[in-house]
Amino acid sequence: MDYVLTKNFNVPEAYRIDVYERTGGYQSLKRLFTMKPVDVIEEVKSSGLRGRGGAGFSAGLKWSFIPKDGKKNVYLCVNADESEPGTFKDRSLLELDPHRLVEGVIIAAYAIGAKTAYIYIRGEFDLPHTRIKAAVAEAYQKGYLGESILQSGFGLNLYVHRGAGAYICGEETGLIESLEGKRGYPRIKPPFPAIQGLFQSPTIVNNVETLSVLPYILMVGANAYRAIGTEKSTGTKLFSVSGPVQRPGVYEVPMGTPLRHFLQEQAGGMLPGKVLKAVIPGGSSMPVLNAQEVEEVNLDYESMASKGSMLGSGGVIVIPEDYCMVKALANLGRFYAHESCGQCSPCREGTGWAAKVLARLEAGKGEAGDIDLLLDIGRKMTGATICVLADSLAMPMASFIKKFRPEFEEHLTLKKCPKG
Amino acid sequence: MAEFSEISKKEIEEILNHYPTKQAALLPVLWVAQEQFGWISEGVMDLVAQTLDISPAHVYGVVTFYTMYYRKPVGRCHIQVCRTLPCALMGAESILEHLEKKLGIKEGETTPDGQFTLSTVECLASCGTAPMLRLNEEYRENLTPEKIDQLLAALK
Repeated sequence: MDYVLTKNFNVPEAYRIDVYERTGGYQSLKRLFTMKPVDVIEEVKSSGLRGRGGAGFSAGLKWSFIPKDGKKNVYLCVNADESEPGTFKDRSLLELDPHRLVEGVIIAAYAIGAKTAYIYIRGEFDLPHTRIKAAVAEAYQKGYLGESILQSGFGLNLYVHRGAGAYICGEETGLIESLEGKRGYPRIKPPFPAIQGLFQSPTIVNNVETLSVLPYILMVGANAYRAIGTEKSTGTKLFSVSGPVQRPGVYEVPMGTPLRHFLQEQAGGMLPGKVLKAVIPGGSSMPVLNAQEVEEVNLDYESMASKGSMLGSGGVIVIPEDYCMVKALANLGRFYAHESCGQCSPCREGTGWAAKVLARLEAGKGEAGDIDLLLDIGRKMTGATICVLADSLAMPMASFIKKFRPEFEEHLTLKKCPKG
Repeated sequence: MAEFSEISKKEIEEILNHYPTKQAALLPVLWVAQEQFGWISEGVMDLVAQTLDISPAHVYGVVTFYTMYYRKPVGRCHIQVCRTLPCALMGAESILEHLEKKLGIKEGETTPDGQFTLSTVECLASCGTAPMLRLNEEYRENLTPEKIDQLLAALK
């Protein structure tokens, strides 16, 4: 299999432009500027590439929503605000191969007609920030950015914008608000950003991984990309695996790889003495899978959906038998309560309330009816808010309780955590 | 009233070139301010508001929304321990306890000599190298109590 995203991960100093160029970097631009923007969009559509930030929406289709009338400036925003617990793939791309992202940004900007692009990078990313800023500066120096790139007549300005610590800015309209110098409050949609986004102008927000795939698609063509993966989940995807496994880390595998195979081959199996109990497959917002489901599911959008979960961001969190599921969920409850932006009552109150009930349950101070109360809070939070942060707690909550209810009940009857 | 240094003023001028509105430069300008002053006092918020022609109330709203703008001074070594699930699975709790014991302060506190501030933070996207912490602007990963001892010894 061709590695699309990680082929430079073991090349020393691939973050330097001369090294990147030696590996074939920026070669896709030659083909790019012989194509019409609309043909680039068609090629990416036909590749089947789906947004790698979590939602899995067709990247080419999203681009095609940008109005073609040219009346307003068009903006491209790179979502490098990687904050979904369990997800650390974009950090690797930014640290180890930042020029691949810059090349992808040029391709996307050309396709949608953006002359300005911003990379919104999370504030805590120190080394990734240093690397991507240096990469952008190098790209300007070599004429890959700025006026008339490679004498094509197409110009692009790219600027790195640093966030300041807020999970919600990974939501695309929260990101846009933050870039405008405001609190990262997600916007009501419609209008979608493609019509009215940054500075009231047509805007596309794409994830780091999505953009980093583009040079490959331009080089080999949509059909070759489609040939990897499954029919509806094409290509490869980065998965970041954490928890007590032998080799936690970031791995690129074809879509459709069986999860059990991935956990064995890439992650190297469990640490000695640890037994797998559950896996959250796509970042902490996704419904949890039990050990039986882990055996049966593949790493693609459709297979995950058939087990009632989602591929999300590809953050695979492995939970061992000796870790309390109530404690795990209470941790997530606290996370979402902390990160709720506070705009919508069902989310602000719901996540806070759920976190409190989970904390008391875990401490053995739960009250009769607490488990059903949690399910009820979850139902009332779902689909009731501007963005999906509330759902992002409701989904794991419902699945944790459904699949591991005896552990929750034990905390009520024993009045303490059986795992101490 | 607080004033920006000549270096900060130059940086701000450069930043403003990249945005069509002054307000959009708010987050980067707050970073410049924090770099110069160490933390964001109400006086600094007023200065930023004046510099960008926006209301102090707006600046206050933004500063209080984001966790990385300090609203009080922090120690020279700011230790931020990740406590979110992937780190928790790998023993983040015991790392925090060990740090609290060694430093003699609780999470959220600063040592009397101003050397250390200890905080907990949510997921820093370093889940494959858990448990971990961020020391000022650097990640320290795959932590054990022994590694913490070595780290603290080097910082004292």
